[in-house]
Amino acid sequence: MAAINVKNLTRKYGELVAVDSINLEIREGELFGLLGPNGAGKTTTLKMLSTLINPTSGSARICDHNVTKEQDAVRRCIGIVFQDPSLDTKLTGRENLDFHARMYGMDKKARDEKISEVLELVELTDKADILVEDYSGGMQRRLEIARGLMHYPKVLFLDEPTLGLDAQTRRHIWDYIKNLNDRMKVTMILTTHYMEEADYLCDRVAIMDHGKFVALDTPEKLKESVGSDIVSLQINENGVALKEKLGQQKWVEDIKEHNGSLTLSVKKGDEKIPKIVRIAEDLGIRIASVNLRKPTLEDVFLYYTGRTMRAQEADAKDRMRLRVRARMGGRR
Amino acid sequence: MSKLISISAIYTIWLREMKRFIRAKSRIVGSLGMPFFFLAIIGSGFSRMQMMGIPAGIDYMNFLAPGIIGMVLLFASMAMGISVIWDRQFGFLKEIMVTPVSRTSIVLGRIAGGVTTALIQSFLILILATLMGGIKGITILGFMLSVVFMILISASFVGLGLAFASKMEDMHGFQLVMNFVIMPLFFLSGALFPLDKMPAWIQYLAYIDPLTYGVDGLRNCLIGISEFSLLADFGVLSAFCVAMVVLGTYLFGKTEVD
Repeated sequence: MAAINVKNLTRKYGELVAVDSINLEIREGELFGLLGPNGAGKTTTLKMLSTLINPTSGSARICDHNVTKEQDAVRRCIGIVFQDPSLDTKLTGRENLDFHARMYGMDKKARDEKISEVLELVELTDKADILVEDYSGGMQRRLEIARGLMHYPKVLFLDEPTLGLDAQTRRHIWDYIKNLNDRMKVTMILTTHYMEEADYLCDRVAIMDHGKFVALDTPEKLKESVGSDIVSLQINENGVALKEKLGQQKWVEDIKEHNGSLTLSVKKGDEKIPKIVRIAEDLGIRIASVNLRKPTLEDVFLYYTGRTMRAQEADAKDRMRLRVRARMGGRR
Repeated sequence: MSKLISISAIYTIWLREMKRFIRAKSRIVGSLGMPFFFLAIIGSGFSRMQMMGIPAGIDYMNFLAPGIIGMVLLFASMAMGISVIWDRQFGFLKEIMVTPVSRTSIVLGRIAGGVTTALIQSFLILILATLMGGIKGITILGFMLSVVFMILISASFVGLGLAFASKMEDMHGFQLVMNFVIMPLFFLSGALFPLDKMPAWIQYLAYIDPLTYGVDGLRNCLIGISEFSLLADFGVLSAFCVAMVVLGTYLFGKTEVD
């Protein structure tokens, strides 16, 4: 049985389609990643799956319960770690966890045991009894993650779990997420715009852009689909001519141009660089720099959307603005 | 299915409100400022003047004190209801809404918390008013009955506050509610002056103001004068209270947390 089953799920804010008819099946125990820039619709998807907002159309089932018709049943089997802060800062860490446990109907013994366990895990035991408003950002984040694990959810949603954390803490949280997934068989969906996070953690990754899945597979297969090696060229002038010439070469599997740089997919990239340089020289084009690397999910994103994540981010700001406006318009 | 009314969830939400209330000491002191000055300054100021409609032998301070308790209940309860907006802004509302607790229990928990904090503030003002000579010769029965009225008034306005909060995106709307809902409800309730000698239009408005029946009931219980019978006050206020709790639950249950 699939832990999560999504059919034609759509959410609109006024004119803006935040999530556009996505389909998805996630099996039990899978660690699934939603990768995409801000404004791609990742958080909106999670909010629909966790019953916080209703879909405009389409349906989703979690642990075989419908997210709009059986909200209580869905709520009982899920846990969620939100992207934005969602702690009561006027309560202590322990009180926040205690509130959560009580709302999920855990008895005193289970509450106390589990609270010490998760506090230990995120290394907040000695800070448990101070007010959350006196926590650092990283500590608050860790507490939120701890809280998401309090009530043994079957499905855990993690919305940008390591956003704004330092490298060391991030690593720590990753290992914990992986461990939890392996040991407890918790099905997890995490959203992220860190490529390396999706790559390191996820069994499968869906790349989301403008509310749609543009690609969905294991990170390995996604990277394979891009090509063997990636060669990026910085050129200062006349990229079109070089792109045309290189595109005619048999050994070039794919070539894309954006912002004055060319990205080529080739096999044995190290041997191809001299050839590329020679072709450019013949055309009288000066190459400012050359970069060779193995493909990453960033390249996958570029390959499927024709843009880098960074370019997307700027675009996403406009979309957010539009969305806020649409929502405010809807209210009045 | 989760239970429609879960006592443990209501208790959990109540407990949180209590912790927050006790930790906000400056807020408690601050909230007592306005009613205290009303009593001390307006009460003393007007007690030298003859006001039509106040029975002989009743000092203006006596007349005013139950009205000020009504004011404290109105302000504190509406503020508690609307404070759910802060939870929305600070994100904690998401945490509450994603739990498998019925929306009714969540609303009842908030009302329980709001009523408790409003009652504590009212008791403090009641003590102050008594010390200032505003409440004289109160009986045990009168006090017990007044507590019933206090609970009804408070529960009504926490419910109304929640209903408003469900329709508001952020705290900006609070000013609007304060000036166009809370203030008129207070001024028209007969808390400050007797209604029976007022122009007809004020009287009509006062009679549709639910707080009028609350203040009248409190006055009956605490100082023994009133315009309507205690039963009539109780009936109107109870009906309003049920309506507001239902409205608050309905609108709150429909909110999306975005």
